[in-house]
Amino acid sequence: MRNLIYLSVVFPLIGFLVNGLLGRKFKSEKVVGIIGSGAVGAAFLVVLAAFVETLRMPEEGRALIVTLFQWVKAGNLDVSIAYQIDQLSLVMGLVVTGVGFLIHIYSIGYMHGDKGFWRFFTYLNLFIFAMMNLVLADNFLLMFLGWEGVGLCSYLLIGFWYDRKFEKSTTSDAAKKAFVVNRIGDFGFLIGMFLIYLNFGSLNFTTVFAKAGVGNIPESTFTLIALCLFIGAAGKSAQIPLFVWLPDAMAGPTPVSALIHAATMVTAGVYLVARCSIIYASAPMALTVVAVIGLATAFFAATVGLVQTDIKKVLAYSTVSQLGYMFLAMGMGAFSAGIFHVVTHAFFKALLFLGAGSVIHGMHDEQDIRKYGNLKKYMPKTAKTFLIAAIAISGIPPFAGFFSKDEILWEAFSVGGFGFWIFGVITALFTAFYMFRLYFLTFEGKERFDSHHVHPHESPAVMTIPLMILAFLSIVGGFLGMPAIFVGEEGNLFGRWLAPIFKSAETKIFTGAEHSHLMEILLMAISVAGAALAIYFAKFVYLHKPEIAEKVSAKLKPIYTTLLNKYYVDEIYDAVVVNPIRLVSESFLWKITDVKLIDGLLNKSAALVDYLSGYIRKIQTGAVQFYAIIMMTGILAALFWIIKSL
Amino acid sequence: MEMKDLFYAMPLLIVGGGILLILLIDMFFKGGKKIIPALTFFILLGTAYYSLFTINQLPIGLMPVSEFGLFYGMLSFGGKAHLFYFLFNFGSAIAVLIANDYLKKIETEYSEYYILLLSSVLGMMLIAGSRNLVMIFIGLEQMSISFYALAGYRRKNILSNEAALKYFLLGSFATGFLIYGMAFIFGTAQSMMLIDIFSQTSVLVKNPLFMIGILLFLIGFTFKIAAVPFHMWAPDVYEGSPTSVTALMATVGKAAAFSAILLIFVSVAKMGPNSVFSSMFSVVAVLSMLYGSIAAIAQKDIKRMLAYSSIAHAGYMTIGLAAVNPSGIAGIIFYLVAYTFMNLGAFGIIALLESKEGKFLSIEDYKGLGTRQPFLAASLAIIMFALSGIPPFAGFFGKYYIFLAAIQSGDTWLALVGVLSSVISVYFYLRVVVYMYFSKSDDESAILEISQTGLLAVIASLVLVIAFGLAPGSLIRLISGLI
Repeated sequence: MRNLIYLSVVFPLIGFLVNGLLGRKFKSEKVVGIIGSGAVGAAFLVVLAAFVETLRMPEEGRALIVTLFQWVKAGNLDVSIAYQIDQLSLVMGLVVTGVGFLIHIYSIGYMHGDKGFWRFFTYLNLFIFAMMNLVLADNFLLMFLGWEGVGLCSYLLIGFWYDRKFEKSTTSDAAKKAFVVNRIGDFGFLIGMFLIYLNFGSLNFTTVFAKAGVGNIPESTFTLIALCLFIGAAGKSAQIPLFVWLPDAMAGPTPVSALIHAATMVTAGVYLVARCSIIYASAPMALTVVAVIGLATAFFAATVGLVQTDIKKVLAYSTVSQLGYMFLAMGMGAFSAGIFHVVTHAFFKALLFLGAGSVIHGMHDEQDIRKYGNLKKYMPKTAKTFLIAAIAISGIPPFAGFFSKDEILWEAFSVGGFGFWIFGVITALFTAFYMFRLYFLTFEGKERFDSHHVHPHESPAVMTIPLMILAFLSIVGGFLGMPAIFVGEEGNLFGRWLAPIFKSAETKIFTGAEHSHLMEILLMAISVAGAALAIYFAKFVYLHKPEIAEKVSAKLKPIYTTLLNKYYVDEIYDAVVVNPIRLVSESFLWKITDVKLIDGLLNKSAALVDYLSGYIRKIQTGAVQFYAIIMMTGILAALFWIIKSL
Repeated sequence: MEMKDLFYAMPLLIVGGGILLILLIDMFFKGGKKIIPALTFFILLGTAYYSLFTINQLPIGLMPVSEFGLFYGMLSFGGKAHLFYFLFNFGSAIAVLIANDYLKKIETEYSEYYILLLSSVLGMMLIAGSRNLVMIFIGLEQMSISFYALAGYRRKNILSNEAALKYFLLGSFATGFLIYGMAFIFGTAQSMMLIDIFSQTSVLVKNPLFMIGILLFLIGFTFKIAAVPFHMWAPDVYEGSPTSVTALMATVGKAAAFSAILLIFVSVAKMGPNSVFSSMFSVVAVLSMLYGSIAAIAQKDIKRMLAYSSIAHAGYMTIGLAAVNPSGIAGIIFYLVAYTFMNLGAFGIIALLESKEGKFLSIEDYKGLGTRQPFLAASLAIIMFALSGIPPFAGFFGKYYIFLAAIQSGDTWLALVGVLSSVISVYFYLRVVVYMYFSKSDDESAILEISQTGLLAVIASLVLVIAFGLAPGSLIRLISGLI
């Protein structure tokens, strides 16, 4: 099955083509849904089979490259459509297709009755196709193809309901914002890729990383490449300063938020850094930048999440914050811990979004948590699974989030020091607080909706079964990566699995001072106790004494409004970046450069060509004698030329 | 001669035998007429298949002259020759699909059509596989005479007659120079065998008579590829000939002429003072590209527009000759493959839409086609994008490899002119797309039934145009291995 790994890319492509070309003609949603989900399910089975097969093999022989065909050959550049099987790509592939499959199934229920049902599944399949190219690619160019592909799908899906209003503008504007901000990141990726080709003479991972490992390339080059790639990663994974698109991306249908803007696409940046671990390991300065940006993003987004009132907005900021954790791990050189958090986060964050989708579905598109309350009564399954996810993300053992987050915090402490750790822990407390604020406001307490007009109902099984599966994974997923102090180095299955990938990178970097087991357990206890406290506090405030929340927000009005308005980042960007650019574009680039210079030049030369064209066609008289004369002239000229030059 | 030699010659034998077989069927079996198109199609397809899979299985290159060798060493097998065989046969097979219902539609269905078509293909194959000047000449004449007859195939149509006569007159004129050139070559090299000529090239290039011979030889084929200033026939002939014939002449016919130029020119140019022919071809390339692109803008008839476009394409390919390096030759062959399928697709679509009275020959008729025939309109749009060299279609990589070759050999200015001409050409290619999608049709009436076989031809061309655009690497590697 390993040699057939490309099928996991081909199946979604087939699904995309079938639904895209014929979807409109399939009268039944069932057919479209089965084709769309089936394609991803089949892809999942392919990856799973390859995974099982790989698991049985000895560690040295696990990497494999399956080349389909040569893609670009120009000079030294030789790029193939080739897919790489190794420990990292398999993990990512399993998450993408596995979680993707569940979300496809869920969408059958969620999108029921939508006039764009077939279009939705078409885009979704295209997304999986692009994402699989991204994670399985064996070279930077193919990865970039996937990278751009997922960006396109993200754009298409955020603006899926193009005729709907979103906040102050439309969903199309949100889609455009996502696209434009991502382009800035892509620019960094491209420059990084060019630099790699310039310095390593190849774009294939194997060649590049082998050359990077020997190291006769100066550190400054590595730093430059690493930072350029990180700009790309920051764009795709919504890190400071390019995170502004992700909250707006919530304009898309909720399964899209779950699949693209929580579980898979936004982790592509983390994957990029992990994939290039050797480059980052050779550039300590870049690693520090990654860590600081990651931590700052995690903290900053968590504070914004504390006060948001839109259920999806809370989750969006939570995603930004969790992505920050992942980059924090990368920056600490704890690559496998970061990827581990990618996996567990995919489970519980997809679950949270799907749960939110289920609530929105049951509440007739109401998204304001102030208008929910006591929904546990109406949608018990959604409530229970949502609770599980909330516990998982808050880092309460033994749920999945505890293990991955704890590993990151421990690395932050032992490599980065106390400062990194304390901010990490505070962020974790905030996370637990806003997550349970969300839970209590939504599912418990008094009903705050108008029960005459709104009749909440549980979602159909096609939606709740994926919720349950994800809930199961959110509970047990963490056991794959148990901390070494409990089970020994060998017991951390996930870390051991990924170890060969990051071996060469980890030998290059400082892996942390020695600390006693006691210290580790102590820190762990502090973060768990803190999270538990935060949960209790959330319960106290939002369930028992709601007036406290109002009092606090009234007292801290300036802080509260700042947070509510997301630190005014959008406004600042508008004032500092967007408006000046628009001004210059409109007054100078458009009205002078484009209209006068370019169009003027173009129109004049087009007129010239047109004039010439009218003249030339008169040469074609139709008289065969004249044709022969022209030929003869040509021959004589050539003869004259050749005799002269001999 | 051994039995295995017969396997070498299999492609030629199948096509040659096929001609005789169809002649006999046509004469003796009244009911047999119906199977002739299908038979022709499968003969061509089988030959194409066989040629493709024997490219790397036969000895490549010039075989020494041997009295015991097959055909006295006048033909070569395997390698580049078989690649061309594949192109000719596969392209013609698509042309048969186009012709089948088209001929019924214009009420000119006679079985000679397929005999002439097969015979022209045999001629092309003799050119591409030739190792002897006389053989080249025989191949060329067999192809040309079949084409003359095919061009005038709509015998009651005045334009068709005009096309045939003009093509014949000017073609004979060009052939005169060709044979004159061959005489010079024979006179100086004392042999008709290419292997003998090439072995003396380093000496012969200093002989003006030999160089004049080569020049006239090249001019003979430059006429066939319709490059300026030997292009005058092309617009009239492409316009007047039945569309299915134009599809054939414009694509594989041009490829055959290029295969002959490649046979001679490469070896001579390698030895001799590059600058002479290289600069001559540079001039031809520039003139053809600009003339073709500019003149196409003024055209109102779509076939005529494509004729000028094909002059421009001949110009792009000539850049590969001017570059005189292996990547230029590889580029030409890649371009020929891409060009063949793009044009087969384009003419195929025209043939599908064209009516007996000549509807859909004017570009204006394509207004609003996007809603009337969504699939054909989309296909034509893709082909127009491909022809203008927009990725990810095959036409882009054709131009890319050619321009790359020019830059590698230091003729960056040629690549620049090529790009400039491409920019001009975008105008007339995209005009068709604009008409199809952004203009309303005056005539909303339903379009006649679309032929299934013709549709198959269009789909086949389209698939290849897209495939070679997405994965040009495998084809260019195959070609590079043969040079």
